[in-house]
Amino acid sequence: MSFLFPSVQRGPAVAGLLIALFLFLFLAVPVGQVIFVAFQDASTGEATIINFVDFFRNSLFRESFFNSFYVASMSVVIASIISMPLAYFTTRFNFGGTALIQTLGIIPLIMPPFVGAVAMQLLFGSNGSVNLILDDWFGFTIPFMEGLNGVIFVESIHYFPFILINLSAALSNIDRSMEESAQNLGSNGMRLFRRIVFPLAMPGYVAGAALVFIKVFDDLGTPLLLNVNNMLAPQAYLRVTSIGISDPMGYVIAVILVAFSLLSLWVSMRALKGKDYATVQKGGGGLMKRDLRRWEKVGCYAVVILILVLVLSPHFGLLLLSFGTIWSYAVLPDAFTIAHYVTVFSTATQYITNTLLYAGLAALFDVILGTAIAYVVWRTDLVGRKWLDYGATAALAVPGVVLGIGYLRTFHNINVPLIDEPLATWWVIIVIAMTIRRLPYALRSCVAAIQQISVMLEEAAENLGATKTRTVWRIVIPLMSGGILAGFVTSFATAAVELSATIMLVARETDAPLAYGIYEFMQSAAGRGPGAALGVIAVLFVGVGTYISHVIIERSNKAREPKSIVAEET
Amino acid sequence: MIDNAHDSAGVVIEDLNLSFGDTHVLKGVDLVIKQGEFFAFLGPSGSGKSTLLRAIAGFGPTPTGRILIQGKDIADLPPWKRDVGMVFQSYALWPHMTVRKNVAFGLEERKISKHEIDERVDKALDMVGLLDLAERRPSQLSGGQQQRIALARTIVIEPKVLLLDEPLSNLDANLRIQMRRDIRELQQKLQLTTIFVTHDQEEANTTSDRMAVLDQGVIQQVGAPIDLYDNPANLFVAKFLGTANIIKGAVITEGSALVFRTDRGMDIPLNQGYTNGRSIVFRPQNVDVCATGTGASEAHAKLNGKVDHMEFLGSIIRYGVDVNGDVVLVDHAHKLGEAVFSVGDSVDLLVDRDSILVLAA
Repeated sequence: MSFLFPSVQRGPAVAGLLIALFLFLFLAVPVGQVIFVAFQDASTGEATIINFVDFFRNSLFRESFFNSFYVASMSVVIASIISMPLAYFTTRFNFGGTALIQTLGIIPLIMPPFVGAVAMQLLFGSNGSVNLILDDWFGFTIPFMEGLNGVIFVESIHYFPFILINLSAALSNIDRSMEESAQNLGSNGMRLFRRIVFPLAMPGYVAGAALVFIKVFDDLGTPLLLNVNNMLAPQAYLRVTSIGISDPMGYVIAVILVAFSLLSLWVSMRALKGKDYATVQKGGGGLMKRDLRRWEKVGCYAVVILILVLVLSPHFGLLLLSFGTIWSYAVLPDAFTIAHYVTVFSTATQYITNTLLYAGLAALFDVILGTAIAYVVWRTDLVGRKWLDYGATAALAVPGVVLGIGYLRTFHNINVPLIDEPLATWWVIIVIAMTIRRLPYALRSCVAAIQQISVMLEEAAENLGATKTRTVWRIVIPLMSGGILAGFVTSFATAAVELSATIMLVARETDAPLAYGIYEFMQSAAGRGPGAALGVIAVLFVGVGTYISHVIIERSNKAREPKSIVAEET
Repeated sequence: MIDNAHDSAGVVIEDLNLSFGDTHVLKGVDLVIKQGEFFAFLGPSGSGKSTLLRAIAGFGPTPTGRILIQGKDIADLPPWKRDVGMVFQSYALWPHMTVRKNVAFGLEERKISKHEIDERVDKALDMVGLLDLAERRPSQLSGGQQQRIALARTIVIEPKVLLLDEPLSNLDANLRIQMRRDIRELQQKLQLTTIFVTHDQEEANTTSDRMAVLDQGVIQQVGAPIDLYDNPANLFVAKFLGTANIIKGAVITEGSALVFRTDRGMDIPLNQGYTNGRSIVFRPQNVDVCATGTGASEAHAKLNGKVDHMEFLGSIIRYGVDVNGDVVLVDHAHKLGEAVFSVGDSVDLLVDRDSILVLAA
């Protein structure tokens, strides 16, 4: 009977090996290379920690390190301050603005922070619209965008949804009976909150906060566009691009970034592990809600609208910038024009076509890999199959800057046959970087899809004469299609605005995608208009993508629910 | 090496052993199921009955031993080459296909002509009475309809054996009775060797020609439902197939008479023929309860006791009578106007001696 297995498992085994090889070559080796170089003496080649010592001896690097830490921490604080009232309103009160708050949780995510950064400067900078008005009316200004403040401001407005979503989910998963039984046993008020609600909601909050911390800590585009260079990610980028790929400092920074990523992911996973606090029971649901009094309602709406204005300001600013003629020392642009869009479509179409090609290919590879990994992990008993999942997911812990440096270092002297060019500068490497970076998301989507399929549906097919392969094509993939499509769209939309790895790997203007184009344009005052126009296009890509993926998921969820049960005919 | 008796058999299982990791789920299962027989695997959850069924279909861990279907060893074949049709507990209809597509699936995999597929699908759907629902999606069907489609999807490939895994467990009580009759009727019509897994003895009794009672991965007894009920081979079968009085003790010869002396020191006369045994078993309906002092014939063993509790169940009254420390259950047919005993009444019990079974354990 044992001879059965080799033949049945051959397909998955080959697929598993190919995937493992791909992950090894384009994730493990480059990251390993980065770590290796960081711990290697540049002249003698021996193992050393001298590079780290050098790093901390340098005052600029010390400052960058503390700045990155400070910015990430403060962003978590500000994002929490924004999220907490919103989460509280929706879970505690019968609040009419719930849909509005849910929208609030999505709007920021459809625009990468670096895209809106320059627009935010024009709105909130020292000579921006808001401060001009403040100065005019009240005679003072607020340094929203001064130095690190700007990064914190832009990042927390962009990333607070991670906390909002996790915290809301945690709160709404607390069953009313949890609270009622505490009251029944004599607890109430603050004490009840401290002993019951707070501990039950904590894991969700910590998971969200850890995610925000690391996203900000790793972000390259936002500080670069705000011209804040004394932070870790920009320093790594500048060292590698200005001094070259042999300078060890870039690698040291990369190792620090990876270490912090791992730490945050660990904290986040630790917070959620073994604490599946979904206590909602049948017919229950959520904490006790009460109606709002009139003045409370006014207060709630005021808070929500204030946050909404903040959240929309990058989008609004970007739109103004893309249609404005000259916008400087003024509340609004002097006049409006479509010239910037004309410029983009006449001279910079390669950014758009490149993005469609790169992000499309990356998303395609992602869902193919994601589907294959999901199948191998959940449907076969291949030895070590879990490691494919871990390996692909490990990409989450690798900041784009690190992957970029790793690729440059590893592939700069590997020539691609036929075109005779180093792999590191060939456009395909950008696609591979996007594929690796977005694979964890596509994979989760595919895994969720395959987990929803009862194994019995596959067994039924085999029982009726379909081989494993036929079953995959006729049952598994069709039933996964919703998840696969959602994974594709998510991968596509997020790959389209990937900047941190891309920025390091773009070898020439003609190969550059949208995100790089925005960065390029935004460098000069004259390019801001077309840059903003490109930004609007990018936002459209992501927004439409997110919407489509949302619709697909909703639809496939709905299709799974049995519709009305027709009366029994017997 | 196949002997002749096995040649004509529908399914033969020889020394089948199976484990999940360190847990032995099936231990040396031997079984012969006749061609065209309706056979039930009956047992509590965890007894291995579903695992055994799945092993026949080729699912789950690979067992050791042989599985023969119509004389051919299929144990080494993958599921898709076995030609055993299985109806899953949850029906496992594919939600992305119409009813027609679901039923046609197995035929399409067999590369049968489009024309013949249509014909056979129609016939199968007609057989389960759901031809008019052919273009619906499974999610638009009721539980009972889904069940029928699952059945049609399986019989359309004309399997050598039909496997039913708890097919009635997801249906409501009324539908269940209707469905088990329909399944039985269909099986008779097609003369299809059928194995039916259930934990419900009533289901097994009403449908099957013969059944195997399983416990802890071991077949306890095989036989027709009535035989198993009347002559259980061991205490497990006796208890699993219905309420039974079980009294522990030992068989003793007293002169020419054979007596069962309970652990509490009471003697119960036995019919000849038993030599040893550790317990006696008799069913509550084979005991009569009457006022003390009633005369008893040789055919009955007479016991005296006190009513410990009583339950009125409608057509019967079930008394629990304390006989020298053992509580004996008695089912008394309730008739209008007949005296009813109360808790604490002293009563005589007349146990039909023919019904007393002596078991080893």
